[in-house]
Amino acid sequence: MRSEAVPEHDAAAPQASPTDEVGAFLNRRREQIAQRWADEPLFRAVFTVSRDEAVEAGRSVVDALAQVAASGRVEDSDSAGFTVVREQLARMTAARSRSGMSTAQVSGEVDALRAPVVNLLVADLPDVPAERLRESTEALTVLMGTLRLVVMETALTEVQSLIDRQQMQLLEVATPIIRLWDGIVAVPLIGTLDSARSQVVMETLLEAVVDQQARYAILDITGVPTVDSLVAQHLMKTVAAVRLMGAECVVSGIRPAIAQTIVHLGLDLGTVITRAGLADALAYALHGLGADIVHATPGGAGHR
Amino acid sequence: MSGTAAGVEARLPIRSDLDLVWVRQHVRQAAATLGFGLVEQTKLVTAASELARNTLVYGGGGELRAVPLTDGRAQGLRLVFSDSGPGIPDVEQALRDGYTSGGGLGMGLGGARRLVHEFAIDSTPGAGTTVTVTSWAARTPRPREEP
Amino acid sequence: MNDDLSRAGGAPVPVLRLGDVLLVTLQGDLHDGTAEQLRQDIVAAIAGSRVTGVVIDISGVEIVDSFLGRVLAEIAANARLLAAQTVVAGMRPAVALTLVELGLTLPGLRTALSTGAALELLGRVDAAATDGPRREPR
Repeated sequence: MRSEAVPEHDAAAPQASPTDEVGAFLNRRREQIAQRWADEPLFRAVFTVSRDEAVEAGRSVVDALAQVAASGRVEDSDSAGFTVVREQLARMTAARSRSGMSTAQVSGEVDALRAPVVNLLVADLPDVPAERLRESTEALTVLMGTLRLVVMETALTEVQSLIDRQQMQLLEVATPIIRLWDGIVAVPLIGTLDSARSQVVMETLLEAVVDQQARYAILDITGVPTVDSLVAQHLMKTVAAVRLMGAECVVSGIRPAIAQTIVHLGLDLGTVITRAGLADALAYALHGLGADIVHATPGGAGHR
Repeated sequence: MSGTAAGVEARLPIRSDLDLVWVRQHVRQAAATLGFGLVEQTKLVTAASELARNTLVYGGGGELRAVPLTDGRAQGLRLVFSDSGPGIPDVEQALRDGYTSGGGLGMGLGGARRLVHEFAIDSTPGAGTTVTVTSWAARTPRPREEP
Repeated sequence: MNDDLSRAGGAPVPVLRLGDVLLVTLQGDLHDGTAEQLRQDIVAAIAGSRVTGVVIDISGVEIVDSFLGRVLAEIAANARLLAAQTVVAGMRPAVALTLVELGLTLPGLRTALSTGAALELLGRVDAAATDGPRREPR
């Protein structure tokens, strides 16, 4: 499609490659293309304030395509030419997504930009031999396909960074470290534990043990809906790591249903110390620190 | 958060005790450069230490090749340990915990495998062993590193 | 990185005696040979005097692999035979997580958060009061 195809024609006259031809065409017809695109749904729906705005955006996309065509790499979505319009394309796709369009629909709208520009190219080169026209049209079609790919890539990147942000927020929200007493820290776990979250929980708890020189770390799983073998494994790893650091880990909040699941699954929590509730775990830890809880009223003395 | 891959690529000899120290320090620094978190760094360095010691003790010495990798936005580190020692006759057995032919706790290969994301072993009896491990820096930054 | 090497590496690890407790502080990256030498030094020190406890502070250690893990376990086992208790103090979170993942939970080893807590565990509450900060800032 590129330089390999040229030599045949070389004998007649030195001619531009199809990609060069497309590049020159885009520069020549920049204004017309931008005007036509401004009436297409993608531009019309995003730039609602004024048509001039849509035309201006169209010009910058045409410029980018011209630059990519001139570089000869029409099939490469990493072409330097696309860099300048990536942000603008991202804004456009984000606007379409916000108005409820699916990714496939946005992709279709980008595809709709192809026909006007291809028609313009055909109309623009009436005297060119059929073979060369076919090559140029093909190069332009490939280029428009690459534009579509770039748009999809930017859309995916947007979605991914949104997920990343939300994941981080979730991790922050979901792992508070509470200092219950001098030397006792607790992490109440809420929601489903997947591998990544368990990792963060483990690390956060272990850091807290060091920072606060806590001899007891309580993992309260009252808010964890289910305990499967993976979660059980993470619990046991946490307990083992805490022990290696010289502290003791207590798991509290194992609801009856979860206790049954654990037994049913045949999971062995081994040497893990468990207590029914957070209060029981705290009492256990306080006792270990030599600070027993006693009732203040006479006759009610005795520790839990 | 993640720096450039410069200085990550390296070839280190594994011929003595002292070389193990250099291997650990290079892997630590490379992992830090590529944006690995502290725990991931520690896991990778520990795996490297186990594998380098295997290369030294069972393989009669060899070398480590460190290669930075990029997959989309993720950065990774590939470590290739190779020796031309006697090889491992039964790889499956060697990967099992508790297996040892030379006075360790038997955690070397199997343990190292659990510390990395990808693990491959290629051993030919009489011709040597190559162990290739790869780990990727976590894509989501840790909450602690946020300003 | 060179600092790590000169600070620890091949240099022998000093074994301090504090009453009837041996105090060992590991720093940086240990050579295999140095770790092995330490094991022998500690056993000799216990045998040569009436020591009832050994505290090994590893808060300055960035990685513990199966070799160093084995040396620590052996020190504890040897000490036990000579009627002394061993406590490993100050293991870092990343090291602890890695050891667990490695499958090395060192069940025979007693652990403590700091040298102070280790001495307390050995029944040396008075000595614990003189213990300085357990972790140098890095």
